[in-house]
Amino acid sequence: MTTLEFSHVSRVYRVRGAGALRALADVSFTLESGRTIALVGQSGSGKSTIAKILTQLEAPSSGEILLDGHPIPHRGRALRRYRQTVRMVFQDPFASLNPYHTVRHHLERPLRLDHVVPRREIDAEVTRLLDRVRLDPVLADRNPHELSGGQRQRVAIARALASRPKLLIADEPVSMLDVSIRLGVLNLLAELQRESNLGVLYITHDLATARHFSDEIMVLNRGVVVERGPADRVILEPEHEYTRRLRDASPNPDLLFGATRAEEAGR
Amino acid sequence: MSTLTGTIATAEAPRSKRFSEAFAMFRNGKSVVGLVILAFFGVLAIVGPWIAPYDPNAIDLEARNSPPSPTHWLGTTHLGQDILSQIIIGSRDVMFVGFAAGVIGTLIAVLVGVTSGYLKGFGSEALSALSNVFLVIPGLPLIIIITSNFDDPSMLLIAVVLAITGWAWGARVLRAQTMSLRNRDFVQAARANGEPLWRIIGVEMLPNLMAIIASSFVGTVTAAILTQTTLAFVGVTPITRWNWGTILFWAQSQNAFPERWWWYLPAGLCIALVGTGLALVNFGIDEYVNPRLRSAGKRARALRRKGFTQADATVVAPLGAVPPSAGEDAADAREDDAPRVGTGA
Repeated sequence: MTTLEFSHVSRVYRVRGAGALRALADVSFTLESGRTIALVGQSGSGKSTIAKILTQLEAPSSGEILLDGHPIPHRGRALRRYRQTVRMVFQDPFASLNPYHTVRHHLERPLRLDHVVPRREIDAEVTRLLDRVRLDPVLADRNPHELSGGQRQRVAIARALASRPKLLIADEPVSMLDVSIRLGVLNLLAELQRESNLGVLYITHDLATARHFSDEIMVLNRGVVVERGPADRVILEPEHEYTRRLRDASPNPDLLFGATRAEEAGR
Repeated sequence: MSTLTGTIATAEAPRSKRFSEAFAMFRNGKSVVGLVILAFFGVLAIVGPWIAPYDPNAIDLEARNSPPSPTHWLGTTHLGQDILSQIIIGSRDVMFVGFAAGVIGTLIAVLVGVTSGYLKGFGSEALSALSNVFLVIPGLPLIIIITSNFDDPSMLLIAVVLAITGWAWGARVLRAQTMSLRNRDFVQAARANGEPLWRIIGVEMLPNLMAIIASSFVGTVTAAILTQTTLAFVGVTPITRWNWGTILFWAQSQNAFPERWWWYLPAGLCIALVGTGLALVNFGIDEYVNPRLRSAGKRARALRRKGFTQADATVVAPLGAVPPSAGEDAADAREDDAPRVGTGA
């Protein structure tokens, strides 16, 4: 059981000539293995800042992050262990894979860095990883530009899983993909989550998938968590004005609000 | 275990693929011509002293100012010196100074440019200011001042001076590109994975900068060759050391222009030819360095073999009659190599 506690975190960006920009204000939540939390909000609400802080690409201005009760170390082996435990799938699969390296390189690096398997088993592990994300192992020696968007995102997921993390941050993992393959990738993520008992932070602005794939939804607006609760409750009976507006802005009400619309019809 | 045969098969495949990709440059006609030209002068520079028919300094008063003939293929000077021998002997200094300056200048450019692009804050600004200062230093006067302080400046010294005055432009371009790269997702992903800094820069970012590095190298070499021959032509470097500029210096001082064309024309053509060779290599570098353009070029050539021109491809594509080789890469054609296919063809 792995627990990640995001405790009273704020993040302020200094903007040259424009003072300070508060991206996150006193955000707290707990991510534990086996559960999926959806983080919902419009662009600029601070979703990606949370992802960056969790992956230690940025430091919080205040507050702290506790992994199983211990603060994240700033360097050394302990930081490496943290990075091995918390992995991220980036939003844009066209940007998150290095065009100059093969799929194999992308999967091998975390294996080598974190000494996941003995050296001579690396090839077999790469094959196994591709297999897990339902990709043909032949693709290992392709360059990213030879793959489709969906295939690339599967490679990115395999890379995130390579170091056998306990927690996965998925920053809008399907927003750059064709609508037709989104569900496939999301189902894959859900399946992997069940298989490895992963804790998933699913960052999205798509309320429909947030409801479908997560246990809990947190709504973020201008760096503040305005609402949180069980997924169905937040979508069907939003308490906060912003959540309601976000819901009403969703383009596919039938999929999402079947129940509510029925209620409205009956009213 | 079914994966066993799979791994063996895939282990064989990349080697031959990598092998063919290592020579991808040779599939581009322009860069092949460029490489042939450079190889020719490179070989000439190395074996010059052994194949030159005469001593370039040997005075033969019997054969003064003679036009090209079977004994003197490119004629003689006012002292009867063999011009072909002067050109052959002179190619060594030209090629050495050009490429030494290119290597040194590119090293400085990569070091300063990539560092200042990757760092943030004061260090970045300071290095950027440094390259801006070097950018506005007027190169030629500085070189003249430095080299005229030495009686017999070595070629390496001239190369170093040319590199010092010539690296700044490459550094600026590299800095800009590095700044854009450092925020790309794949670099962030490498950081999040805990890759050490040297690997992030050396393995993840540097290949993406290769096209710029290579073309900055070619540019520095070209500039160095031109500057060096200019220096010799104006007589700043010793006029007794043969390079193509020295030949032009003597031709000019003896009023060879325009009647005694064999004196100045071959040397001038050699300079132009090396410059052309470098420019032609530059054409192929992008395609050689970038794996995406590599296969784009391959595709363009395959299309051409099948009798498609770019005009056909763009007109036919929307109708769905594109050959399968183009269709399977629809995903990346969407990105940025669609216009490239045209350039390659």
